[in-house]
Amino acid sequence: MQVSSPIREPLIHGGKTLHDVSEDICRQVEAKPSTAWKIGFVISLAALSIGAISVWVLLWDGIGVWGLNKTVGWAWDITNFVWWVGIGHAGTLISAVLLLFRQKWRMSINRAAEAMTIFAVICALMFPAFHMGRLWLGFYWALPLPNTFGSLWVNFNSPLLWDVFAISTYFTVSLVFWYVGLIPDFATIRDRAKNKISKAVYGGLAMGWIGGAKDWSRYESVSLILAGLATPLVLSVHTIVSMDFATSIIPGWHTTIFPPYFVAGAIFSGFAMVLTLMLVTRKLFKLEDYITIGHIELMNIVIIVTGSIVGIAYITEFFIAWYSGVPGEQYAFINRATGPYWWAYATMMTANVISPQLFWVKKIRTSIVSTFIISIIVNIGMWFERFVIVVTSIHRDFLPSSWAMFYPTIHDVGVYLFSFGFFFTCYLLFSKYFPVINIAEIKGILKSDGEKK
Amino acid sequence: MTFGKNYLVGVFDDPDVILESIKSVRENGIKIHEIFSPHAIHGIDDYLGYKQSRLPIASFLFGITGASLALFTIIWMLGFDWPMIIGGKDFVSLPPFIPVTFEFTVLLAAHGMVLTFFIVSDLKPWAKPKVFDERCTDDKYIMAIDLGENKIAKDEINKVLSDTGASEVNEKNFK
Repeated sequence: MQVSSPIREPLIHGGKTLHDVSEDICRQVEAKPSTAWKIGFVISLAALSIGAISVWVLLWDGIGVWGLNKTVGWAWDITNFVWWVGIGHAGTLISAVLLLFRQKWRMSINRAAEAMTIFAVICALMFPAFHMGRLWLGFYWALPLPNTFGSLWVNFNSPLLWDVFAISTYFTVSLVFWYVGLIPDFATIRDRAKNKISKAVYGGLAMGWIGGAKDWSRYESVSLILAGLATPLVLSVHTIVSMDFATSIIPGWHTTIFPPYFVAGAIFSGFAMVLTLMLVTRKLFKLEDYITIGHIELMNIVIIVTGSIVGIAYITEFFIAWYSGVPGEQYAFINRATGPYWWAYATMMTANVISPQLFWVKKIRTSIVSTFIISIIVNIGMWFERFVIVVTSIHRDFLPSSWAMFYPTIHDVGVYLFSFGFFFTCYLLFSKYFPVINIAEIKGILKSDGEKK
Repeated sequence: MTFGKNYLVGVFDDPDVILESIKSVRENGIKIHEIFSPHAIHGIDDYLGYKQSRLPIASFLFGITGASLALFTIIWMLGFDWPMIIGGKDFVSLPPFIPVTFEFTVLLAAHGMVLTFFIVSDLKPWAKPKVFDERCTDDKYIMAIDLGENKIAKDEINKVLSDTGASEVNEKNFK
């Protein structure tokens, strides 16, 4: 069935037939969960439950339980928010931007990457929601709802409000994009299902899909238009996130380079997280023929490109701070690199600028072990990038008498742990009950893959 | 789409074979009910004579609605209903209104189009689809021909299907 080209390496290895693809990908949905999956699930649930204690304390006592003080009013919460949103961006990039560029290698990884996007965006949304303190009033503060404050509306001039619209649009659009892609695969599982319950559940999820040519034609136009909409959307989301900082007058935040720099950083950290997840998923579910070394290498190349952009942005930022001639701006950057938070700055520089450069060596970017290690280092580095931007810019503010340091409390850690628990619990449930690779799209490229059209 | 009762179902193993078969079937004056496949087959619309989907137009209309709705609402709220001086700027200062307008445009364009898709393709959780052959979501390409719609004898259609590469031809009756 599979046609191989003498020139180009096929995207899918192992000479699969259409039926093999259904078998390989539905296998873990139909089988009993493996021991490794159960262990992972218990660990994730444990993290979620321990973190839930901190969330409870936070909601009961208020955000005073965090380590914030009157100088450092934003710290881990906003760091985590930006970090999680950034991670989410890779999913949209893979499914939308690579679709517009007709990159067929995205098909092996787009499903899991989109799932990662959705869970990461929920994790991100938690932090500004918690930071509001009284979560239950959030709707009135964040949405233009008729109210009794004299009909005082929300401030549409504020980037914080743009964020509300950007993130919620991004979340719901990603969700339907993901779901539309899942419909044909749910139909495959429904038609294979042996017992009544799974037939009913997957039948409901498949919404009566039977793969008529007319439906496929509509499906293809919907995917294309959604990709076209999601591409400017994903760029706008992180641009707006960066404007939370860039439109302020705080030295270290007030820079026009932020939007492109944040977008590149988001793709960088997102690809690192995709790699971390996919390397584990591929091993656990034996999907080596679908997610090949070729795929891993291509993702590593994206990491070199975006990592280098981020590196240039760091250096440019420093140069512009000096070139601006503004003492406050210059001090903010010198303090960032050599002040009391020098170790955070050094971690960021090493992990984000130096470590991805190792991928220039072919042996390193085609090795699973080194890819896995570097992907985790990049994720740590990107967390520090946000921490450096948020905390070092404000901890020494305009009056030296109010200079302060930020020390996280147990509840800062607990809420972060909660988001991790949530993310991995959701991802593990997804990988067990949903097809982790887009079955229909893989079938579509089996024949033409590598073959001259 | 109207549904008949008696169908002839051709089962094919290869997308290229079914495309050629569609051509011969239509040349013989036989009307095809629908083709079912496990994945999208490129170029099949031309073979079946389907027009391009108008969903992009629907999306555009939803998008325009979103853009104007958002812009008018914001201008009314901050410009007329409860004006406030923010940063010393005009009550209606367009540039900061654009991000929310853009997001709302995308929101309506995307969701409006997907809902339209669900409605026109009759996709709903409680749908009871008429399945001609369960293997069409696995590895077979299915051609369904409504016998009630065609004047040509069943055996003749059967022959055309087998001659053009159908691996099986079955009959399917719905109650």
